Amino acid sequence: MRHLIDPLDFGMQETEAVLDLADRIAANQDAYIDAAKNRKLATLFYEPSTRTRLSFEAAMLNLGGKTLGFPAADVSSASKGETIADTIRVVGRYVDIVAMRHPKEGAPLRASMFSPVPVINAGDGGHNHPSQTLIDLDTIRQRKGRLHHLTIGFCGDLKFGRPVHSLTKILTRYEGNKYVFISPEELKIPKYLEEDFLAPSHAEWYETQDLEDILPKLDVLYMTRVQKERFFNEEDYIRLKDTYTLTEDKLESAKHDMPVLHPLPRVGEISMDVDDDPRAAYFDQVQNGIFVRMALIMALLGICDPVMGKEVLLHEC
Amino acid sequence: MNVDSIQNGIVIDHITEGMGLRLYQMLELDKGEKSGSVALLQSLKSGKYGRKDLIKIEGEAIPPRISILGYIDPQITVNMIRDGRIIRKESTVLPKRLVNVIRCTNPRCITSTEAGCDHIFNLTHSGRYRCIYCNAEFHSAASK
Repeated sequence: MRHLIDPLDFGMQETEAVLDLADRIAANQDAYIDAAKNRKLATLFYEPSTRTRLSFEAAMLNLGGKTLGFPAADVSSASKGETIADTIRVVGRYVDIVAMRHPKEGAPLRASMFSPVPVINAGDGGHNHPSQTLIDLDTIRQRKGRLHHLTIGFCGDLKFGRPVHSLTKILTRYEGNKYVFISPEELKIPKYLEEDFLAPSHAEWYETQDLEDILPKLDVLYMTRVQKERFFNEEDYIRLKDTYTLTEDKLESAKHDMPVLHPLPRVGEISMDVDDDPRAAYFDQVQNGIFVRMALIMALLGICDPVMGKEVLLHEC
Repeated sequence: MNVDSIQNGIVIDHITEGMGLRLYQMLELDKGEKSGSVALLQSLKSGKYGRKDLIKIEGEAIPPRISILGYIDPQITVNMIRDGRIIRKESTVLPKRLVNVIRCTNPRCITSTEAGCDHIFNLTHSGRYRCIYCNAEFHSAASK
């Protein structure tokens, strides 16, 4: 049985097979309305979420399946002290697949060790959010037509921003990508990304604090929010939260086909005047999120693709 | 002081003086059913290190946690004994995985709250140990 806990759990071919299925679903949604009929998804959300939980539930409903679950830890048995291991062994007997969000890093991995059904990590603290990574890849591929030989700028909170870590890790599998990490000194990428992913893949990367200077050189710009919930000291948050604001004026120097991605929610890091710019791709990401999660559910459940007449094979390890 | 040679088993040699008892406990040699004798010798004279500890384990069974030796004390050598002769002498290497040898100290990690959760670390490309749950790097000063 396969799970999706870390963005690297799927091999390159598997990842692209899921993205291809997402694109087929987007092109022909009616063909998939019964694909997961009589299947059930549990959304176990131990911390609040708007878009991720609703997106998973909408994805399952679009496939003709059903959903159940809880939206916060205080309405689950976790409030009585039940372990993740026990919860998943119980819930896994009610449903066919589980999407779990948890404030503790590694909780979905722990769940996957005991689960009788596939587990999708829907975000574990500041650690991983692999379905978001698939969505980011899908959006970049749609906009640029490839995932290799790109210069990708990551801007904002690169220390705690899990989408940045996950996307960087997975993009290092592709040849010729260059990375520019734009952040204040206090929010630079963690060393392990350099030592365990960028350096071993012989990637080119550099760090800067200047967004405007680097904009003309980028093929893709990934903006992130400075997350208040990751700071122990509010003064630090207030000092750093408005370091970068992307505006339509600043975008004048960027390439005409440079997509601007953001995992949302945004606060002040992308001005609303950018929303109408054709380079703004962040609402595309939201739309792609539904299709990618539909594809992910089908792949993990081994459901036959009604258009292709075969399963999306997950066979690499 | 004399301790009989063993006919079949292993000798864990060149243990840093004073580490022998901790190693004995970490290898869980005090637990389970024993197929043969176990001897812990402390503060033996050593031409190479001055003083050393040493553990002799009699029997065919190899302690399941033997791979942790490379992490605990890299100067150790392990001698395999068959019919009273050393048939193989091995230096230790850093194990690829450590289970309940070191502890994750990241307060955001699931190991900080989940009852019965093993502390598992994998060796990375950079030669460091990272928690499999949260990827936090282990810093030896914290709990080794």
